[in-house]
Amino acid sequence: MSKLSYISPEGLRIDGRRSNEIRRLNMRMGVLNRADGSSYYEQGNTKITVAIYGPHESTTQKSLFDRASIKCEFAMSSFSTSERKVKSRFDKTAYETSTLIKQAFESTVLTHLFPRSQIDIYVQVLQSDGGLKSAAINAVTLAMIDAGIPMRDYVCACSATFIEGSALMDLNHMEERSGGADLLLSIHPQLGGVISINMESKVPQEMFESVLDMALAGCKKIYYLLQEQVKKHSKDLMSNQLVG
Amino acid sequence: MTEKTTMTTQYLSEININIYTPSKRLGLMHHRSNCNINAGTSMQDVDVYSNKSNAKEEEMYDDENDPKTQFARNLVTPGTTISKEGEYLKGHGTFHHQGSLIASVSGVVDKVDKLVSVRAFHSRYQGEIGDIIVGRITQVAAKRWKVDCNARQDYILMLTAINLPGGIQRRRTSSDELQMRNFFVENDLIYAEVQAINGDGSVALHTRNQRYGKLMNGVLVSVPPALIKRSKQHAHTLDCGVDIILGVNGYIWIADSAQQQAQTQLIQRHEKDSYDQPLFVPPQVKQVSRESRQKIARVRNAIHILHTHYMLIHTRSIMEIYNMTLNMPLTDMLTPNKARQIITAVHTNIQERMGFKDDNEENDTDMISQFNHDTEMND
Repeated sequence: MSKLSYISPEGLRIDGRRSNEIRRLNMRMGVLNRADGSSYYEQGNTKITVAIYGPHESTTQKSLFDRASIKCEFAMSSFSTSERKVKSRFDKTAYETSTLIKQAFESTVLTHLFPRSQIDIYVQVLQSDGGLKSAAINAVTLAMIDAGIPMRDYVCACSATFIEGSALMDLNHMEERSGGADLLLSIHPQLGGVISINMESKVPQEMFESVLDMALAGCKKIYYLLQEQVKKHSKDLMSNQLVG
Repeated sequence: MTEKTTMTTQYLSEININIYTPSKRLGLMHHRSNCNINAGTSMQDVDVYSNKSNAKEEEMYDDENDPKTQFARNLVTPGTTISKEGEYLKGHGTFHHQGSLIASVSGVVDKVDKLVSVRAFHSRYQGEIGDIIVGRITQVAAKRWKVDCNARQDYILMLTAINLPGGIQRRRTSSDELQMRNFFVENDLIYAEVQAINGDGSVALHTRNQRYGKLMNGVLVSVPPALIKRSKQHAHTLDCGVDIILGVNGYIWIADSAQQQAQTQLIQRHEKDSYDQPLFVPPQVKQVSRESRQKIARVRNAIHILHTHYMLIHTRSIMEIYNMTLNMPLTDMLTPNKARQIITAVHTNIQERMGFKDDNEENDTDMISQFNHDTEMND
């Protein structure tokens, strides 16, 4: 088998994007009736639904006396990947992702307003095509806003990598498997803070900076689209209360 | 030392200037158009990315008095700057960050004099003293019941805050404590009022009124609390012979009026004569006729339609849909297409009524508040 080329001579990637383009976003808020807040989020072929319950009475004994506790469950559907696999009880990557989401939102939600309460986040991956962590964070942001839970800012996340001499924005599954220097960045786009930044390889500083810039640009693009969606959703909700 | 004092005085004077300059004060006056312009400009300052879309919106609705323009200007999402710190007082749904007042939820900005708050579209119920609510018992604890009220915590109903059968006034003894399950058990629905909000944020309920107490033989519907406005009366008997309790917390109780009356009489008799025995409601009292059940279902579906289209729920809006769908099979009401048609028809009806109103009072521009006001008057 010949070596796979990730960028064509014309500068196009495997799925036809340029290096600084994100995949098509398609999202909806308020998709589930019983949840306090919910969202459906598509980033390319990655599809995720999120349900949020709360803030409500703590179900565990470990409630915090001065703020709300956040619980997050991240689950991959067995049909979400190309190879059907049985879900193992202690999935390390799922645990890692749920911790990432939990920590991101513990620093964003104004938890001190809800002492001794609990907020449950359930993330369900319907189809997986890379960029799961970033897509999950963005989807949870939408669901949080739908649930009316007070937050300091949006949380926008985007991945980036460095393959074949150039930085790429928003990786799909093939690009994630290339073994490049993957970076996951999540930020507060309006207040201007970094929530998390993950990179698991050793790279020269210039290369790191170009990847970081690429991820930051991706986050901003996503923020813009998320905000549009939130405004559109709000207008749809209010359209029936306004006459005419 | 002297330097230090001058520094502080300078700093204080700066604060004073910031808050109390005459121009700022003018800006603080409750002046609807003025406030809107403030909100609009500060929004544009902040979000660099959506400058273009804002400009588009301005073009789309350039009529100042159009309620849609006002809505688009007052709409904020988390992180949107509303004003500088000190210009306004911080209300619900806002927070201070680096000298500015920022929205923390997505919703509509509400300015009352100096107080700015943001009303979220969906959020959990937040109790206020005197609110009439419908709740569900989740736990029987020591001297109290825990009640799920669609709020961020379970509310508390103390044993001392309920009416004893027969209306006897006395201290609650330990034997009362042992017989708590004779009053309410887990999953019972109750009709209650918020009595007090404690210092630690927990909320106490009471049922010390003949009207309040256990709800039996009916339907519970749950809607967002924002769709139910506080008013003088929350328990209604609709013209179609259906009893309805619109809990401020978003729980709505629907039951057959005649059956409920028979039941109340039975309970009152029971309390007078044999309150030491557990209550038994005979099947003939529990019975609800087929027609009544259909009426209840129709009211329930009307509420469901209002809920899915995010419209205010009150007796008038329910009856409007109820009367409109009298010739329609019950299941049809729940199909999205039919629901859409019904809502459109409701809108045209309201608009006609508005047109009629406009002739009498000329200068009302805010149709939403008009509509709300109108309904409150009718309640």
